[in-house]
Amino acid sequence: MNKLLLLGDEAIAQAGIDAGMSGVFAYPGTPSTEITEYVRSSPETKQKGIVATWAANEKTAAEQALGMSYAGKRAMTCMKHVGLNVAADVFLNAAITGANGGLIFVVADDPSMHSSQNEQDSRVYGKFAMVPILEPSNQQEAYDMVHIGFDISEKLQVPVMLRITTRLAHSRAGVARKEARQQNQFKLPEDLKQFILLPAIARKRYQMLLNNQEAFQKLSDESLYNQYFPAEDTSMGIIACGLAYNYLMENYPDRKVPYPVVKVTQYPLPQDHIKKLYDTCDEILVIEEGYPVVEEMMQGFMDRGKKIKGRLDGSLPRTGELNPNLVGKALGIPMPETTQAPDLLTQRPPSLCKGCPHIDSFLGLNEAIAEYGKGRVFSDIGCYTLSALPPYNSINSCVDMGASITMAKGAADAGMTPAVAVIGDSTFTHSGITGLLDAVNDNTNITVVILDNATTGMTGGQPSSAFGKIEGICKGLGVEEDHIKIIKPLKKRHEENTQVFREELAYEGVSVIIPRRECIVTLNKRMRQKFKDKAKSES
Amino acid sequence: MKNDIILAGVGGQGILSIAAIIGYAAVKSNLYLKQAEVHGMSQRGGDVQSHLRLSSEEIYSDLIPEGKADMIISVEPMESLRYLPFLHSAGWLITNTEPFVNISNYPDEKDVMAEIRKQPRHVALDAGKMAEEAGSKKSANVVILGAASPFIDIPFEKLEEAIHFLFGKKGEDLVEINLKALRAGREYAQTNK
Repeated sequence: MNKLLLLGDEAIAQAGIDAGMSGVFAYPGTPSTEITEYVRSSPETKQKGIVATWAANEKTAAEQALGMSYAGKRAMTCMKHVGLNVAADVFLNAAITGANGGLIFVVADDPSMHSSQNEQDSRVYGKFAMVPILEPSNQQEAYDMVHIGFDISEKLQVPVMLRITTRLAHSRAGVARKEARQQNQFKLPEDLKQFILLPAIARKRYQMLLNNQEAFQKLSDESLYNQYFPAEDTSMGIIACGLAYNYLMENYPDRKVPYPVVKVTQYPLPQDHIKKLYDTCDEILVIEEGYPVVEEMMQGFMDRGKKIKGRLDGSLPRTGELNPNLVGKALGIPMPETTQAPDLLTQRPPSLCKGCPHIDSFLGLNEAIAEYGKGRVFSDIGCYTLSALPPYNSINSCVDMGASITMAKGAADAGMTPAVAVIGDSTFTHSGITGLLDAVNDNTNITVVILDNATTGMTGGQPSSAFGKIEGICKGLGVEEDHIKIIKPLKKRHEENTQVFREELAYEGVSVIIPRRECIVTLNKRMRQKFKDKAKSES
Repeated sequence: MKNDIILAGVGGQGILSIAAIIGYAAVKSNLYLKQAEVHGMSQRGGDVQSHLRLSSEEIYSDLIPEGKADMIISVEPMESLRYLPFLHSAGWLITNTEPFVNISNYPDEKDVMAEIRKQPRHVALDAGKMAEEAGSKKSANVVILGAASPFIDIPFEKLEEAIHFLFGKKGEDLVEINLKALRAGREYAQTNK
């Protein structure tokens, strides 16, 4: 079969389709978005009746996947690393309920924080939940490991984590497909109490998870993807996890590493390989993308005598994404001379698009709030976070999804007036609703600006769960109708919009302003499509 | 055979289309390929780059090591300079000369050009103008690809074939414009390198 040229994300998506997955549930988040996008746009998805849906947030997505697994079918849920914080409750507890149909949590970490607020390492979560973790080193392995993941999940009745990082998610390479598998038939769990985590049952299920650890270990030890490569020079041994293996190999053009190497692509760590490496070599270098997870395990609390090198001892940087040069330096390989970029080079940070509705919203808010002074605007996560940069300098926080409203409430409770929250439409339904309910229940004096551009913009324009529902939700939560104001953020309406901001900032109680105008990117895309369709129908 | 190419530009300038054309041509030439892209926040008018690696042998790293790129292909002059640390001492710099100014502190154009001319092996061309002559300014990225084509070890016909395939769905007119743009860029590089 011909190879397909796929992003790591797309390889996972295609593998899901081929491995008999019945549904993928996700909330968009860089670098994981393209998995679900791909499934949604594949013609096979419709033919095979696969469910591919954008959920309100990662928790609701993961729970839907768990429900599908309960019903005996294979399901996948995909998220960025911080999305797993939102889905952590279901993730940790799903490890205890176990799976029925195969269940994979795909988590895409973002070391170096290209598009994220931190670089947390999901392998820590995997260990916390005590489930098997798969960490492919390339696009083909990413494809293969979806099949392996579903197999493990069904065989041992456990959810499996598939961990990738930005570089694999967003890099393309040739991928060979496997023969397609049928989806599972609907089938209830054999034990209808399996998913009832009442204490008496939960204790049993937890013990089963603990008992299963030995089986997870055996699978890792026997995995063909965890490999030991012997070599002559035993002055050092190398453990290379996932993608890091590529950077190691890149430094040896003849592909012959002089030191023994353990390639890790499945956890728990392959005990036999690691023990052999430790016993054979004088010191160990651990190369891993993300936190020094394996390095810390190797180090242990007590010094066992052999030097462990990696991110903790400074052989590699403590933070950020790895690359071939950083790994080469850690291996003591001389690096080629490089030309410096000239001094005249200036930064070109991302910015709000020309014609973006958020620009007009922030210009209005900036003017209205100026009389109160700086430092009163809590923001959230989306394109509008770029208003932190010049020329707007509008916002004072960006922490986690939904935190704008609740932080504004806490600050208002501390006596800040006015306290403003700025949140996007999709972020509002992701995690803002419950915070607004808190504010209404306490009748807190806050002004909530819900920027409604009718899409999830930053990740490329996925449909927003909030579409057409925002006023209804606010009313339902108990925000007074007189203080739900809809404005159209346009330059020509700047004066009247600023006046609305002024009035609601002055109002003592919960008020909501909804600046509503479609994202300029999705609008342009829609117009182009309309033009094309028209040209087509005319010809 | 091995070509390591850094593609550079500003979000929305079409470097991923260049990558798609080379990618298709590489696959049709039975080469291994890896191509790392930038998605997410940086696409909003920020600087973007893509690492494109072609080889007759299996490729490991998705990223090109510093000092090892065979060429930088840039659709924006200042952006071409940002990735100089990646360029091999014998590598080529192929760049558009028309600046994309979306920042207030963009350096003096003359200074930018002077830095480009310091490079021992460079091709600098006004791709927008040449694309307009070919039929559409939007094909500036394809002109730049044409200018880089003498340095890429893929038969030129494979790149033409890729344009037929990738633009075919959008109409024959667009295919012709892009083929013209590709050839114009190639001709410029062959006479001015």
